[in-house]
Amino acid sequence: MDIVKLTIDNKPLEVEKGTTVLKAARKAKIEIPTLCYFELDGMKIENKPGGCRVCVVEIAGRRNLAPACTTVCTEGMVVKTHSIRALNARRTVVELMLSDHPFDCLICAKSGNCELQTLAHKLGIREIHYQGAKSTYRKDTSPAIIRDIDKCILCRRCEMMCNDVQSVGALSGIYRGFNAVVAPAFEMNLEKSTCTYCGQCVSVCPTGALTEVDHSRNVINSLADPTKIVVVQTAPAVRAALGEEFGMEPGSLVTGKMVAALRRLGFNYVFDTDFAADLTIMEEGTELLDRLGKFLKGDKSVKLPILTSCCPGWVNFFEANFPEMRDIPSTAKSPQQMFGAIAKNYFAKKIGVDRKNMVVVSVMPCLAKKYECAREEFSVNGDPDVNYSISTRELADLIKLANIDFNSLPEEDFDRPLGESTGASVIFGTTGGVIEAAVRTAYEIHTGKTLNKVDFTELRGLENIRQASIDFNGVSINIGIAHGLGNARKLLEDIRAGKSKFHAIEIMACPGGCIGGGGQPYHHGNFEILKKRAAALYQEDAEKPLRKSHENPYIKQLYEEFLGKPMSEISHHLLHTHYFDKSAEIVVNE
Amino acid sequence: MATHKQLRIALRNCGVIDPEKITDYIERDGYSALAKVINELGTVRTIDLMKKSGLRGRGGGGFPTGLKWEIASKNYADQKYVVCNADEGDPGAFMDRSVLEGDPHSVIEAMAICGFSIGATKGLVYIRAEYPLAIERLKIAINQAREYGLLGKNIFGSDFDFDIELRYGAGAFVCGEETALIHSMEGKRGEPTVKPPFPAESGYLEKPTNVNNVETFANIPPIILKGAEWFASIGSEKSKGTKVFALAGKINNVGLIEVPMGTTLREVIYDIGGGIKDGKEFKAVQTGGPSGGCLTKKHLDTAIDYDNLIAAGSMMGSGGMVVMDEDDCMVSIAKFYLEFTVEESCGKCTPCRIGNKRLFEILEKITEGKGTMEDLDKLRNLSNTIKDTALCGLGQTSPNPVLSTMDNFMDEYLEHINEKRCRASQCKALTRYIIDAEQCTGCTICARNCPVNAIKGERKQPHTINQDICIKCGVCYEKCKFNAISVK
Repeated sequence: MDIVKLTIDNKPLEVEKGTTVLKAARKAKIEIPTLCYFELDGMKIENKPGGCRVCVVEIAGRRNLAPACTTVCTEGMVVKTHSIRALNARRTVVELMLSDHPFDCLICAKSGNCELQTLAHKLGIREIHYQGAKSTYRKDTSPAIIRDIDKCILCRRCEMMCNDVQSVGALSGIYRGFNAVVAPAFEMNLEKSTCTYCGQCVSVCPTGALTEVDHSRNVINSLADPTKIVVVQTAPAVRAALGEEFGMEPGSLVTGKMVAALRRLGFNYVFDTDFAADLTIMEEGTELLDRLGKFLKGDKSVKLPILTSCCPGWVNFFEANFPEMRDIPSTAKSPQQMFGAIAKNYFAKKIGVDRKNMVVVSVMPCLAKKYECAREEFSVNGDPDVNYSISTRELADLIKLANIDFNSLPEEDFDRPLGESTGASVIFGTTGGVIEAAVRTAYEIHTGKTLNKVDFTELRGLENIRQASIDFNGVSINIGIAHGLGNARKLLEDIRAGKSKFHAIEIMACPGGCIGGGGQPYHHGNFEILKKRAAALYQEDAEKPLRKSHENPYIKQLYEEFLGKPMSEISHHLLHTHYFDKSAEIVVNE
Repeated sequence: MATHKQLRIALRNCGVIDPEKITDYIERDGYSALAKVINELGTVRTIDLMKKSGLRGRGGGGFPTGLKWEIASKNYADQKYVVCNADEGDPGAFMDRSVLEGDPHSVIEAMAICGFSIGATKGLVYIRAEYPLAIERLKIAINQAREYGLLGKNIFGSDFDFDIELRYGAGAFVCGEETALIHSMEGKRGEPTVKPPFPAESGYLEKPTNVNNVETFANIPPIILKGAEWFASIGSEKSKGTKVFALAGKINNVGLIEVPMGTTLREVIYDIGGGIKDGKEFKAVQTGGPSGGCLTKKHLDTAIDYDNLIAAGSMMGSGGMVVMDEDDCMVSIAKFYLEFTVEESCGKCTPCRIGNKRLFEILEKITEGKGTMEDLDKLRNLSNTIKDTALCGLGQTSPNPVLSTMDNFMDEYLEHINEKRCRASQCKALTRYIIDAEQCTGCTICARNCPVNAIKGERKQPHTINQDICIKCGVCYEKCKFNAISVK
């Protein structure tokens, strides 16, 4: 390993050859401010266009200032990160950004979480010396994401996420000079682009240029309506991240406090999406075994691998990019939609409420869920199975709005029947969890034996693409796992080319799975946070008395009372769906 | 145009041969430099010769060409590329276009020489689509060279293969910057990336790529044939050979010239350019294109080369040279060039995207008579920050017109701000049309032609202009037959 010696702010340092000034400084606990720079450390992806020029530093002997993020350390380099020249330039650069930025911080959705705001504060900017025209664009509201690109500072992080990580290609730089901005091609609406609403752009946007569509107002109104029974479901990944919004350490599991908060917000029934996740396993696992069985018997009409279908960003992705393969994913609806269908068709009847008077709210780590619940096929006569989907961040805002001191809440339990869940369903929230849950159930159903060990650690982790073979009583089942749509694309292209060796593949659109979803508290690319959230879910799974979906007593009751058996006619009607060729809906230019 | 001070190397064949006939080119020693390189010199000696000749990049950067080739030759890869930068974008510049239209084979031959020297088998010409004739002639020339076996497989019976393709630019100025050019060729957004990595390490399709400008290439065959010493004997100490300039503006002889490095601005403007038009007084000469600076009378005896121009506060650029006389307002000139860079900035980095816009706005304010002394500080501070922080050469040099006019013509800035006066009467907001009551006969022609009815007066009585309404269109001034209207 080659070593380079240099000094930063008079501190002598030794770094590995090829290290940037920014990383060398961080190693020496010198925090050079950055803005466009973004590192997704777990995926080895860096956004460093060197565009914002906030991280400029003075290097002895160099004609101009150097961006620390892209400048590589050289032997004997003398770096000053806070010389008057560097400080003045840094402040001027931020002043210039502010001079082309709307001054609506007080009412901006990103206020308090805005990196530009924080930077202006850190640099002590009290006056903007260079005022002038502002670049303005029309606001674009899609079913899940709002683009208010007057606030875009051209850091290009969203572009990196959309292209390099997700391979979706909905966002890129358009126009030039003062009018340059990141947008869909030809400044089309996001709705007409290849956007999957995964929300990863929102999760990395440093300003309020990209935010989620806020449904919390609708929820407040429903809660205040005495004619409505308001039912809430919470996705598994929410409980592993919500605490961060209240100052808790990443990985704090707040299931009980979350339930207590929801009850205090006034929801009539606090249920768990995990219940529907167990239901998903019953349907999807049965479908897997059915297809696998036929396949192994040589039935040519059956296609493998079977792909999971609980992630709406992923569904949008294959409908737009791989529409000819839309018969491969499981037809099982996502847990959110299974929950909605059961709540309005089973539970509403059970408590004697007309479905029209029941409002189902979901709390999701996800922005694509907002789009999913609005899909036409998930409505009955205009009444959606799930009325509103709010993100983890929106729930945190609601709790604060209702003057609830989250940290001092007691731990409470979900209501029954739709609040009971097993450990299998909890791990749906992290990459690999769905397929592990499916294996636990499918194995026992297929083999008729009880699993000695339910932890399939070979399916866990955060590597981009993982694979494992599980022995199903002599039959080796090849399982693939991808998180991030760019990784998913690789597996999909293998299938298209006939090269895939997998029997079943789990795909999650977001890096890390739902724990890294577009609606989660901002993790700023820190995979350590994702690891802690995943660990929290595995911990809850380990602590559950029941850890296999088919053991959930209320699931058993549901089948006995209502559905009959997995993949029954009524199951097909309520719990399964079909996919569309959306490739034609993408408008390239009009 | 006076020719005795000129020396044609890059333009040696332009206007002399039929550019659509390869035989014309061959008759004038065409492709014998390529033959010499392949059959006689070999790669190491060719690069050595190029280094000794002292040729520096004619696109504006002035990087030693031989050194660039050497770096590219030492980066090993399965594929390397030679790129010709024909994205000439400076306002009023047409040096490269003239070479491509008048002598396309010289560029093709030089690209092949470069390919042989650095180990590249593919050449690409990035040419702006606005040059249809140059494109057509290049295509003809490439086809002819292929027919003659001068492009393609086993050139001159050696194992050297080389061929050339064209790539069209859509006219973005910043795509003349080599990393932006490469991204544009790859089908990506035409914007620069941070160097390193330099194209010689990771360029087109992430392969080692050598980018040279058209004029640089056009110099190469004569250098190979006549030797490094011959070329190095021409020019100044650190800038060898000749440079082509597009001479324009308030000068009697406008057009392309090619002079040895070291020629003075005075020789170019007076001996070759024939002096200032209409006997007016020389005020400034702008060199280096939109990012260059304005030089004044005190610089007239500056010997033109890369280093002297930078020392004087301007630069060589690709060879634009615009002469200004007493009728030019230097604040407006700075504003004009800023308007160009604001339009042509790719928008990737903050200082160029927003900073140049703000510079332009301050200049606009000053030319409208609304400037303050504080604005002058802002102009200088912001200019220095942009130079210090912008990502690519475009942004780093864009404040040059502002700084050089502030350095050399501060009195004009002060007049605009303190006296609300533009001595060249170029700034409309600061000019006033006034009727001299002594001269006015009350013929009413001015009042009848005024588009905004700003002129009032009885017939046969002196008229007056209401300055609040006047839009300074100058129609009254043109129509008055009695010289009664003046511009102040």
